[in-house]
Amino acid sequence: MGMITNVTSFGRSGLSDWLLQRATAVVMAIYTVFVVFYLLTNPDLDYSQWVSLNSHICMKVLNVLTVISIAIHAWIGLWAVLTDYVTVRLLGPKATPLRIFFQLGMITVTLVYLIWALDIVWGI
Amino acid sequence: MQIYGVYIVNKKRPVNLDIGTIHLPITSYVSILHRVSGVVLFAAIAVFLWVLDASLSSEESFNAVKECIGSPFCQFIIWASLAALGYHMVAGIRHLIMDFGLGETLEGGQLGAKIALIVAAVVIILAGVWVWV
Ligand code: HEM
Repeated sequence: MGMITNVTSFGRSGLSDWLLQRATAVVMAIYTVFVVFYLLTNPDLDYSQWVSLNSHICMKVLNVLTVISIAIHAWIGLWAVLTDYVTVRLLGPKATPLRIFFQLGMITVTLVYLIWALDIVWGI
Repeated sequence: MQIYGVYIVNKKRPVNLDIGTIHLPITSYVSILHRVSGVVLFAAIAVFLWVLDASLSSEESFNAVKECIGSPFCQFIIWASLAALGYHMVAGIRHLIMDFGLGETLEGGQLGAKIALIVAAVVIILAGVWVWV
């Protein structure tokens, strides 16, 4: 018997969603702590210094990993929220088309964020 | 009206689940706020990406961001976004710590929830100090 797969979730199963949610959380936390620390310790930051930080290969890797993490994490998280609240039990039969509408909207915004963000951090 | 063969005379029947009178434990507040902050953050990503984009595009737009961070409206938007991030990150890290099996008892969970709320409040205040001072 194969594992039950769910075409509607991000990963192939609830377990991989759970793991992805945690792994991406760690990446985003590392990014946030680092950038906040950097900005606090460089209060007179100027443009050239900011660009040289973000064009350093290590920072580029962190930027790309963070941007991808945001997309995966937001996708899984909002999926969970929508499937918890926009349900037939809570809202009646109109819930299903409504939920699909919100899910498609969420996916669209997430992909726009992802492409926009990759364009920002890759282009430097 | 008749239910299960019993006549209900009293029009003001008791409500099974009156959410107005339910007292949620502190852990529920921490967890529902984590959800809310996650949804707010989804919108805040647009703010962060705008700041990142402008700050890296050119020297002029970098300075424009610095200038904008001097205006009250901009400051409020940025502080609100940082507040959502601060809360979500603190409560999220608490979540990860509990996933590792720490503080899973009732008392441990309540203590962890209190610590998370206090740390998040401090982070949100510090974010305000950072943006405004
Ligand atoms: C900064 C680092 C972050 C950390 C440490 C973090 C941590 C977490 C964790 C551990 C969960 C799982 C909660 C659960 O399974 O019940 C979660 C859920 C979630 N996160 Fe994040 N997160 C971060 C950033 C973000 C960002 C940037 C967004 C928005 C784009 C976001 C949106 C969400 C949403 C919508 C959920 C679902 C909430 C729920 O199911 O109750 N998170 N986060």
